[in-house]
Amino acid sequence: MKTLPGYVAGLLFGLGLAIGGMTDPTRVIGFLDVAGDWDPTLIFVLGGAVMTTFIGYRLVWKRGVPWLAPRFALPTRRDLDARLLGGAALFGVGWGLSGYCPGPAVASLAGPSLPLVAMLVAMAAGWWLARRV
Amino acid sequence: MDTMASLQGLIGGVLIGLSAVWLMATLGRIAGISGILSGLLWERPAGDTAWRLAFLVGLISGPSLVMLAGGGAGNVVAEPGAVIGAPVGGVTTMLVAGLLVGLGTGIGSGCTSGHGVCGMARLSPRSLAATVTFVAVAMATVYVVRHFPGGTP
Repeated sequence: MKTLPGYVAGLLFGLGLAIGGMTDPTRVIGFLDVAGDWDPTLIFVLGGAVMTTFIGYRLVWKRGVPWLAPRFALPTRRDLDARLLGGAALFGVGWGLSGYCPGPAVASLAGPSLPLVAMLVAMAAGWWLARRV
Repeated sequence: MDTMASLQGLIGGVLIGLSAVWLMATLGRIAGISGILSGLLWERPAGDTAWRLAFLVGLISGPSLVMLAGGGAGNVVAEPGAVIGAPVGGVTTMLVAGLLVGLGTGIGSGCTSGHGVCGMARLSPRSLAATVTFVAVAMATVYVVRHFPGGTP
């Protein structure tokens, strides 16, 4: 019952990444390279995504409950802590080195290469490790 | 500025937003890739695994369909219309980067999608702080790699 909506969500996400150019690490690093020949594409992707989600979430929340689940599963914490900011900083180093954040890295399996597979294996190991530290 | 690339970016962003809204409307979930996939790999909670696997299949089939359609709707810098760009480093660099991305998004409870898109849209202070942190650190990392004396241009 939840499988089809899960697939549709992944498909829309994958289409968005592909059309937006986020499955090209050179585009992503072009955005991160503020001292070089700056590429603004990522700002348009992030801006379009945040604006759509901002409006859509509010319309959806007005209904009170999701269609296929008993309630909305939303994070409630609002405090900043060392794990949040330290984790974000570690992620930033990896993102800057590779130009891959998790979504584009996984979606890029549509055109696999050895370095990409290495990235994904190490990422899975990192997720395992994160559950133990 | 490459207007076509920016326009495609905007269209891609709206599609990603629609994905996030759809997942919230149907399953009541945040569309955070690191959370969805790390849960699928290392947790597999009962009744909460099949949709994550379906999401993963969908995520890979998106770019695959754009490639199969053959209309040149991709947005790769080096080859306009291509869908998947080449990695910027070899296996060693990617192993280090992958470990940092996995560890960091695991400890920090989210990545560009969970914090950057969904969290910012929820106006979550934690997600805003995380997003500012990982974007700033990634920019600093690229600066060191590309522009420090001895770095690759």
